[in-house]
Amino acid sequence: MKILVPIKRVPDPATTIRVLPDGSGIATDNVKWVINPFDEIAIEEALRIKEKQAGSEVVLVTIGQSTWQEQLRTGLAMGADRAILVKSDGYLDPLALSRILAKIAGDEKADLILLGKQAIDDDSNQVGQMLAEMLGWPQATFASKVEFADQKVTVIREVDGGLETIAFNLPAVITTDLRLNEPRYASLPGIMKARKKELKEIAAESLGLELAPKLKIKSLTAPPKRQAGKKVGSVAELVGVLHTEAKVI
Amino acid sequence: MGDVLIFAEHLGGHFPKTTLTAIHAGIDLAQKRGGKAIAVVAGDAPEAVAAEIAKYGASKVIALAHPALKNYLADAHAAALTALVKTTGAEFVLTTATAIGKDLAPRLAARMNAPMASEITAINDDGTYVRPMYAGNAMATIELDGPVKVITVRGTAFDAAKPAAAASPVEKLDAEIDAAALKQEFVSFNQTKSDRPQLTEARIVVSGGRGLKSGENFKIVLEPLVDEMGAAMGASRAAVDAGFVPNDLQVGQTGKVVAPELYVAVGISGAIQHLAGMKDSKIIVAINKDEEAPIFSVADYGLVADLFKAVPEMVEELKKVKAH
Repeated sequence: MKILVPIKRVPDPATTIRVLPDGSGIATDNVKWVINPFDEIAIEEALRIKEKQAGSEVVLVTIGQSTWQEQLRTGLAMGADRAILVKSDGYLDPLALSRILAKIAGDEKADLILLGKQAIDDDSNQVGQMLAEMLGWPQATFASKVEFADQKVTVIREVDGGLETIAFNLPAVITTDLRLNEPRYASLPGIMKARKKELKEIAAESLGLELAPKLKIKSLTAPPKRQAGKKVGSVAELVGVLHTEAKVI
Repeated sequence: MGDVLIFAEHLGGHFPKTTLTAIHAGIDLAQKRGGKAIAVVAGDAPEAVAAEIAKYGASKVIALAHPALKNYLADAHAAALTALVKTTGAEFVLTTATAIGKDLAPRLAARMNAPMASEITAINDDGTYVRPMYAGNAMATIELDGPVKVITVRGTAFDAAKPAAAASPVEKLDAEIDAAALKQEFVSFNQTKSDRPQLTEARIVVSGGRGLKSGENFKIVLEPLVDEMGAAMGASRAAVDAGFVPNDLQVGQTGKVVAPELYVAVGISGAIQHLAGMKDSKIIVAINKDEEAPIFSVADYGLVADLFKAVPEMVEELKKVKAH
């Protein structure tokens, strides 16, 4: 099975986010860059499938600057087979990203695309679904369990009221949710091997696709900061203030 | 120009409060963009739900019928709505960012080569929208360009539509779907059964974290407080990951976003990702034995205490308040 795993580079989730005074973005001087945690889960799931299905290949793809090679190398160190960096310095909106991924998926003849449900920087939660539509493939978002029986895939999804099960045949797009798996750490042998694995760089403009953004981010502002309140000394005091001061009970 | 199709989610003949939120936001958007708000109820037999939705102020309601729409499936619903956008000439499709909204809207957007704004918190008069990024630590003002635009709204950022003076007309249409092209199969829905209020609709939410140490403790320690307060129960990601409670109780950046009048965080440290899901609550209370826990930086009232003592004590104190 040929599994394509799109990944994104994002600030480490523990980063304190500071919006720049001119609203053009966030301060990046204190940022540690990591693979989007949901995409890490996708890499892990792809590796587990590869371990069960002989002859499978896991191909990583990212769309960004050359420095994002670092995250591809981490994924290769986890066990992915090769990587593609689609180089783009400018902003690409979810439609453009999906269009690029659809092209790569077609060129690679992917059977399965696994990616995170959302990137923790923009929290858009769009690319997986858009990609599935562009390819005309079934989609299973927020997956917490994926099972194969030959070409048929059954996915359990985390939805509002509980767990939903859907089924479809490959090829398909699956987006990962938190509890799908726990990603492995790259081993030292894995890190050594990763250096020799293929990492191909191609320019986004060379793909001949419509990339001009239809979604534009005009500016960022910091949200109103919530002030810390007070500490109470006892349960009795707490219930008292909730009743008389806050008047919520 | 400016017409808004509002996708009105429903299940088992009922619709959640999030559907009324979509209607309210859709009406607001239509007014600001100079068009009409049209609610769409899709299903195999949507007339009854459509008649109910018609009471909430949209210009009209379309009952969009087709056997393939019996259960929610992304491909069938995206196909049906795309065809409807074409026939109505609508400029916007709007729904609430529920699990269904999030699954459907981007697929629909891509099908129409339309840009999409995810989980917006405000509709500006100048044509822009506001949406949270970086777990709500930055608010982005965005613009969408194109003849059609898709929008999902954050449920807690808009009011629910109220019943209108008169019911709107309901138009029944057969959905245009190429059933042979559908590839997804609905198998089952394992719904978490609860008599408690819905997490996203409750006036009071009491959430438990890893500090509760077990699912058993959620039952014997936290639930008495939840029920004494008539609250909905939520949980931190850590508690769900540990298997203490089911996934649909998770409050946070990647779980549910709630904004009740009162949010009580019990044994929750307050990671950025959890705060993202509850920091718009009107009053926040935190009970945690660690006085350095980040949750205290957003709590209006903080109690540094052992929850295993404090929570049962709180249940007793609340009973006293009720007795007066």
